[in-house]
Amino acid sequence: MQNMLTVIANAFKGGAKINGAQTVSEGSRMVVSARSFADFTPQASFDIKRCDLHRLDEGPALQTVLTREDGLRYYRTMQTMRRMELKADQLYKQKIIRGFCHLYDGQEACAVGIEAGINPMDHVITAYRAHGYTYTRGVPVKEIMAELTGRRGGVAKGKGGSMHMYAKNFYGGNGIVGAQVPLGAGVALACQYQGKNEVCVTLYGDGAANQGQIFESFNMAALWKLPCIFICENNKYGMGTSVERASASTDYYKRGDYIPGLRVDGMDVLGVREATRFAADFCRSGKGPILMELQTYRYHGHSMSDPGVSYRTREEIQEVRSKSDPISMLKDRMISSNMARVEEIKDIDAEIRKEIEEAAQFATSDPEPPLEDLCNHIFYNDAPLEVRGTNPWTRLKSTS
Amino acid sequence: MAASRLFWRTSGVKSSLTGLTGGVHSSLGLTLLKLYPDCTAKPKTQRRHAAHFTFHPDPVTTQYGPTQKMNLFQSVTSALDNTLASDPTAVIFGEDVAFGGVFRCTVGLRDKYGKDRVFNTPLCEQGIVGFGIGAAVAGATAIAEIQFADYIYPAFDQIVNEAAKYRYRSGNMFDCGKLTIRSPWGCVGHGSLYHSQSPEAFFAHCPGIKIVVPRGPVQAKGLLLSCIDDQNPCIFFEPKILYRAAVEQVPTEAYHIPLSQAEVLQEGSDLTLVAWGTQVHVMREVAAMAQEKLGVSCELIDLQTILPWDKETVCKSVVKTGRLLVSHEAPVTGGFAAEISSTVQVRSRSHESEIDQGLLPECVLCRRSVSSTWRLPSVGFVGMIRPSRTSLSPSTSQISGSASRPSSA
Repeated sequence: MQNMLTVIANAFKGGAKINGAQTVSEGSRMVVSARSFADFTPQASFDIKRCDLHRLDEGPALQTVLTREDGLRYYRTMQTMRRMELKADQLYKQKIIRGFCHLYDGQEACAVGIEAGINPMDHVITAYRAHGYTYTRGVPVKEIMAELTGRRGGVAKGKGGSMHMYAKNFYGGNGIVGAQVPLGAGVALACQYQGKNEVCVTLYGDGAANQGQIFESFNMAALWKLPCIFICENNKYGMGTSVERASASTDYYKRGDYIPGLRVDGMDVLGVREATRFAADFCRSGKGPILMELQTYRYHGHSMSDPGVSYRTREEIQEVRSKSDPISMLKDRMISSNMARVEEIKDIDAEIRKEIEEAAQFATSDPEPPLEDLCNHIFYNDAPLEVRGTNPWTRLKSTS
Repeated sequence: MAASRLFWRTSGVKSSLTGLTGGVHSSLGLTLLKLYPDCTAKPKTQRRHAAHFTFHPDPVTTQYGPTQKMNLFQSVTSALDNTLASDPTAVIFGEDVAFGGVFRCTVGLRDKYGKDRVFNTPLCEQGIVGFGIGAAVAGATAIAEIQFADYIYPAFDQIVNEAAKYRYRSGNMFDCGKLTIRSPWGCVGHGSLYHSQSPEAFFAHCPGIKIVVPRGPVQAKGLLLSCIDDQNPCIFFEPKILYRAAVEQVPTEAYHIPLSQAEVLQEGSDLTLVAWGTQVHVMREVAAMAQEKLGVSCELIDLQTILPWDKETVCKSVVKTGRLLVSHEAPVTGGFAAEISSTVQVRSRSHESEIDQGLLPECVLCRRSVSSTWRLPSVGFVGMIRPSRTSLSPSTSQISGSASRPSSA
């Protein structure tokens, strides 16, 4: 029955033009409008790839239910992130964004899946590839873009830039590789201490996985059973070095040793969501930290100054794009299970494009922070502090 | 941006420190004040400037054999090439050095000398330096690269506690003198917090290591070769903004420029300017401007080695001129200029017999003694002063603050 309706619908769709050109006859239009939400499957069950487990008897569920509402929301979020990153690429090439810019496209399923698996009151900290997480943690696109362009409407008031974006329960945005992991363990300690049943998601990359301080954090977290979910986003390359050339063991989910771990397909948003739910439950039940490796991929190079093709082939990038793109995978799932229509998705895409354009417009036209703000927030001080400017005779004020 | 410490000589009457305000009372000071637009009470809105300065190449040197045009990273490659050729124990390692390095300082070396001599390390600075210390102690000439000086802090313990003190604590039985750590250093314009730092002052506080900062390709190669040959662990900071911008005729054979010897680049009689790295070139422009506009004759000294630094040359110069200005990129508080200014002050008092009693150098803007009175904690910005050549009117003399943030308080 569903399939027949779909076939009829497709036949009628042939008469309708995209973007609302009115060539649909009255009769077919009436038929189309009668086919509204009743025809969509409200939810569907999907299989998830089995996770590799380390020191765990059971892993996350192998099947999950996705509602139409959630699916559209994940799609919208991922597509927004993708378009935002591509717009940032464009603005960087136009020299409107300066400095350093590390783009997240390809890895959207990780940020969205993690956010879907935790609560808004849980905590997240990550390294410098942070635009995606800033968005999932609630910062509007235009504030993110204005921060990239260094304007006063930016989330860090234009003073942080690409690597330093923050939000409630999102601790950035950290430039030094690996340094955020002990911080995450500390936030987890605070969660435990305050007894609010919150967890801290501490992210790092495959390059950072070889930093000594990561292992120090593992030890502390395990010793004190901190509710910390350590997540290694393994995108196979630490800047330009492939994981095989950097790590003696590329089983990052096992490198917590005494900390249980799981390896998840990071391109499947539902898989990430289930794994995160599993990990969060694990931590909340007081069993201590857990380690998750998300196998993912970035389409851009390490940063905007890296073309990204000197250490990997274009064919490889193309293959991932065509076979494992997270957004395409979700879209295909939604459409094939009749939870969404192609036009609907296209409408969403058009809306997002418009939103990103407006955000870019804002980010380009917003004024830079005023000179008076330059020195603020160095120390915490009650009375304004006088601060030396760029020469011995300039005095600027620092307020906090 | 330059942190400057300025000493004035007052002829006859000594002004008390408490009598001094943000400006300066001597006429020379007031005149200099007019050169800088931001010296008025209200700072102008800062325009955006790309980091700019003019590199002044050294005159071609003939004493070291045939030369070739090279920029800074090529001169570093040349030095490393010479080392790997002459010293079979030499190894180079660090993040991404195998393909040539993020600044192309090690291009071609792996192909030429083999992957067991030029190899990548994983992303672990503490490990890199610790490993380097071990390799050096066991007899290899270990040349470690830290990808940016901003990332050197995880290795701080290894450098200060292990490398610097090895010879002393083992009663000279062991040492890691064959260790050299190379690292890109200094502001570059778009580096912001973590690609612009100048951490020489942190390490200057540690006896047992040597710290060197070259001003150009010829100096870089000679100083780097001296660091590698030196029997003490050395940190060699390479000004990253000069990697491409600085081009000179550099000798192709190996040669050494001695460590702990400051170089007087320009003789003068009225004011001693001390700088290192990129700032040397800024100071050259300053000296030229001062001569042209004010008739002030400046003596310019490139310190080259920060630790142990050449006190004799600097003090001798200050005794001659009576005035000292030190300029560096790092923050003012605890910056290396503080050490230089304090040593010069102490030493000049002991030179009383050589200068007139009434002409002892007075500290006017010395942060050390004044900061407690004025309570002006200083914050450095990463950037530099670029004096404009076109005219002297305040509006055109520009401060090129790179759009970077305060690196540290």
